[in-house]
Amino acid sequence: MSIFDGITLFSLVAAALWTVMTRSLLRSAIGLALTSAILTVIMFRLNSPLAAVFELSVCSGLISVLFVSVISLTHPLTIQEVIQHMKERMARFWVLPFLVIAIGITLILFNIKPEIRLPAPETVKDVRVVMWNLRQVDVMGQIIILLTGAFGVVVLFKERIKK
Amino acid sequence: MHLFWSFSLFIIMVFVIGLYCIFVSYNLIRILIGVEVLIKAATLLIIVAGYITGREALAQSMVITLIVIEVVVVTVAVGVMLGIRSINNSLDARRIKSLKG
Repeated sequence: MSIFDGITLFSLVAAALWTVMTRSLLRSAIGLALTSAILTVIMFRLNSPLAAVFELSVCSGLISVLFVSVISLTHPLTIQEVIQHMKERMARFWVLPFLVIAIGITLILFNIKPEIRLPAPETVKDVRVVMWNLRQVDVMGQIIILLTGAFGVVVLFKERIKK
Repeated sequence: MHLFWSFSLFIIMVFVIGLYCIFVSYNLIRILIGVEVLIKAATLLIIVAGYITGREALAQSMVITLIVIEVVVVTVAVGVMLGIRSINNSLDARRIKSLKG
């Protein structure tokens, strides 16, 4: 693992930590997009460019837009509520950075060297061939899941309009 | 240090962050963000496993499937959240206890 990989992995953990710990929901959504963007860089480094592009466009783009949309539909807190909320959050979340550091140090101390049994080498190297020829059931499943999601949203919003 | 173990260290850290967020948060949006962070850890694990075993193409197809599922889960969850908010006028998970059924 190169120094650049180490830096990106540290950045990933830092971005995830910031996403979870920041008070503002909007900043959380932006932090999530940042986490996805850093993950994209790691994916490119690990020879997975197509998945990286999907991650960047869908997770860093579409999902962030969804989060920002739903945050904009919620009403803002009053100043007193914000102060109360900050105190509660600090009480609940101050442990997390120490917990993450402690877990990291513990795992480094263990220094496990897993013996991975490598499977037979892959004969097909092109992701398009794998996707469309070898994993057709996955593609069918994706289509069904997308349709389920679309119909689910239609039903949910239909219910809301009736009420 | 073994490459897989080096990456696993960080994957476990990200996983713990997401899990902690889910357990500790009361806001439904923040809980969903915790789930997203968990999914990021799972995605990275699949990519690293594909890289080490030399099966990048299979790993990429798996990750693309995972991303599609992730989007659908987030979209439906957001719809459910908006429904809950219209009923309770709040996104606090503690107030969902009063729901019937």
